[in-house]
Amino acid sequence: MNPVVIVGAGPAGIRAAQTLVAHGVRPVLLDEAARGGGQIYRRQPANFKRSAVKLYGFEAREANALHQTLDNLREQLDYRPDTLVWNAENNVLDTLREGRAARLEFSRVIVATGATDRVLPVPGWTLPGVYSLGAAQIALKFQGCAIGEQVVFAGSGPLLYLVAYQYAKAGAKVVAVLDSSPFSAQARAVPGLLSQPATLAKGIYYRSWLTAHGIPVHQGATLQQVEGEHRVQSLNWSDASGFHHLACDAVAFAHGLRSETQLADLLGCTFAWSPLNRAWLPQRDNAGRSSVSEVYLAGDGAGIMGADAAEMAGERAALALLEDSGFLIQPQRGAQLEHNLGRIERFRHGLERAFVFPENWAADTADTTMICRCEEVRAGDIREVVREGHWEINRVKAHCRVGMGRCQGRMCGAAAAEIIACQSQRAVSEIGRLRAQAPIKPLPFGLEIEP
Amino acid sequence: MIEVDAVIIGGGIVGSSAALFLSQAGRSVVLLERDFCGSHASGVNYGGVRRQGRPLSQLPLSQRAHEIWGRLPELIGIDGEYQRSGHLKLARSLADLQALHDYAASSQGFGLDLQLLDRAQLRARFPWVGEVAVGASFCPDDGHANPRLVSPAFAQASRRHGAQVHEQCAVSSVAHDGQRFHVHTQNGLELRAPWLLNCAGAWAGTLAEQFGETVPMHSGHPAMLVTEPLPLVMDASTGVEGGGIYARQVARGNCVLGGGQGFALDGARARPGQQAVIEILRQAAELYPFLQGAQAIRTWSGTEGYLPDRQPVIGHSGTQTGLLHAFGFAGAGFQIGPAVGQALTEIICSGAPTTPLDAFSITRFHSISVA
Repeated sequence: MNPVVIVGAGPAGIRAAQTLVAHGVRPVLLDEAARGGGQIYRRQPANFKRSAVKLYGFEAREANALHQTLDNLREQLDYRPDTLVWNAENNVLDTLREGRAARLEFSRVIVATGATDRVLPVPGWTLPGVYSLGAAQIALKFQGCAIGEQVVFAGSGPLLYLVAYQYAKAGAKVVAVLDSSPFSAQARAVPGLLSQPATLAKGIYYRSWLTAHGIPVHQGATLQQVEGEHRVQSLNWSDASGFHHLACDAVAFAHGLRSETQLADLLGCTFAWSPLNRAWLPQRDNAGRSSVSEVYLAGDGAGIMGADAAEMAGERAALALLEDSGFLIQPQRGAQLEHNLGRIERFRHGLERAFVFPENWAADTADTTMICRCEEVRAGDIREVVREGHWEINRVKAHCRVGMGRCQGRMCGAAAAEIIACQSQRAVSEIGRLRAQAPIKPLPFGLEIEP
Repeated sequence: MIEVDAVIIGGGIVGSSAALFLSQAGRSVVLLERDFCGSHASGVNYGGVRRQGRPLSQLPLSQRAHEIWGRLPELIGIDGEYQRSGHLKLARSLADLQALHDYAASSQGFGLDLQLLDRAQLRARFPWVGEVAVGASFCPDDGHANPRLVSPAFAQASRRHGAQVHEQCAVSSVAHDGQRFHVHTQNGLELRAPWLLNCAGAWAGTLAEQFGETVPMHSGHPAMLVTEPLPLVMDASTGVEGGGIYARQVARGNCVLGGGQGFALDGARARPGQQAVIEILRQAAELYPFLQGAQAIRTWSGTEGYLPDRQPVIGHSGTQTGLLHAFGFAGAGFQIGPAVGQALTEIICSGAPTTPLDAFSITRFHSISVA
């Protein structure tokens, strides 16, 4: 009998593993990182000794609990860290660990692949010193270092205030927070956000804390350009009152998160457009069943819901898997999880209203702005291909290489889609979906092959 | 209802170049493509523009294609990253080297100008080739191009010459009334023409079968991968006697490698598969040692038609007047495609091609359809 496999040891993956183990199943847990926890609860290297409160703030308890859970499960799991899943074919995953390629057949798989920042490029974003919000947070959490001494945080999304707060707490100089969403949008969003009062309170706390500590927080503020000769030296931003200039040596920016869906794609899952996520996502039912009978989806990799929801979705997907395998599960537990997930989803709708997507980004982006940094494709190159009559994103990729490089569109795909949609005067949901190809991440020549 | 001289089914490089040459000759043409022009085998192939290694029967057509490729920018408006880097066919054993010698001898007079290299000459001239190669045959004027750009550009150029190109336009029915073909498409087009060109690649068998010409064609899915940009090392496109692996480096620095077979996802799409990818990575380490430590960033495959003799079907239908076939290029249609489009144009405009096509007649499979 082939094992049950979980891909990703973040909040969703670990809770899924725990649930399976509780029912006597010994799953294989594959994770790209050296230590479990995922991005949000990423653990510092083993020899670092910062306290959980220092690392995770309000979420210290959740982070500790999750890490503890994984540590306690170690004997009951086949846990394989440092393992990249680079391809999937029918019921087999192709893995790479320390230069060795291997195949892993599964009976069922839970895909909990998480998310990365959604990046909307601005001129100068490829300068050294510019990071995504998530990367800035990882530098702090994992390595205990800041991305610069005078940092500006820009974009939108809950992570914006959280990371700015974490940097300021850690002693870095936060020059300013530039939130592209207008205050009015956030005020309108409050009713939806009240479905998760504690989370809303945390968000308000971060912002108030920043203001109380004299850190300028600007709303309706658009990052226009990052400047510098060899690295970041300053930036320009604008709001209703005009253009502004700020000296800084690092910038962290993003507009929310995007799901890592390539593995679900390679596994053959059916995708559907999600207006809420403004992205194509693998379809799943409330319990996390995908369109492929052996494949289950949980956590941010199947739609951005955050860490708390990921833990619930991980457990829910594991229960669905168990049920489908003939195990007896407590039906109330599943219903309760789905109920709680529903509440978080309402909150998520509120968040989307609070941190609105900058609809005018594509129209305002200059032709010279680099969109795909791997293949050095600028907005103008993409527009040129669209002017030639192409509008389907895979065709545009074929013609100008956008999304064809090292990141395979994971970083630039969302931005490219916006540019294509704007230029071809179609909705971003009407230009097709960038198809995933193996390898999910680069595969080295000279790898050893496990027999 | 649209009345034209010719309806072409299939917007690959063969159909698109036929559309271009027919339009240039003043014929009215409709090109129908179920997906997007150049988005299947013509656009996702390895990009080899090579005469060396082809069966001798293909060399006159291939030589003719060579001339067309020489004036690509004036023909399609872009250079398509076409470069005459030379094509280096490597031998991994003395028997393979002997096979290269035999080919060089038998292809004399076709204008390939092959240069045979022994181990020392190969090392001196192409020091990046691995020790596993014992010799090679070099065709200096062969080369490579970017199929993603070239094949769609043929369709685009035909449009500029007046061809009506319809993409995402699948054919729903074809009939012949004794004088004309009636072609209906799923999106409601109605076309009539005295000529119908079956250039539908791996899917051409269905139409041939409708006219009583069943062909034993099967689909293949060559596996391909590409590295991130690397320092320029490979100054020739390469292949290996006996097959197995082929590789080239583009001006940007990426190395494109192919070898082995992938698998079909559905009727239209394919993936390379783990086995093929691993095998390319393994063989590459022997043949191109400089790739050690480089990274493959993307893999892909496509869907191509293969006939048992690995020769294409080109020319008149044996059962239906006005029907011309051109398909089954067995993974080697990219270079020869434009010459096929030109030959089909000659059949329509002057009654016969200037290059004989007899070896590629569909009638060689007629016994099968009758049986």
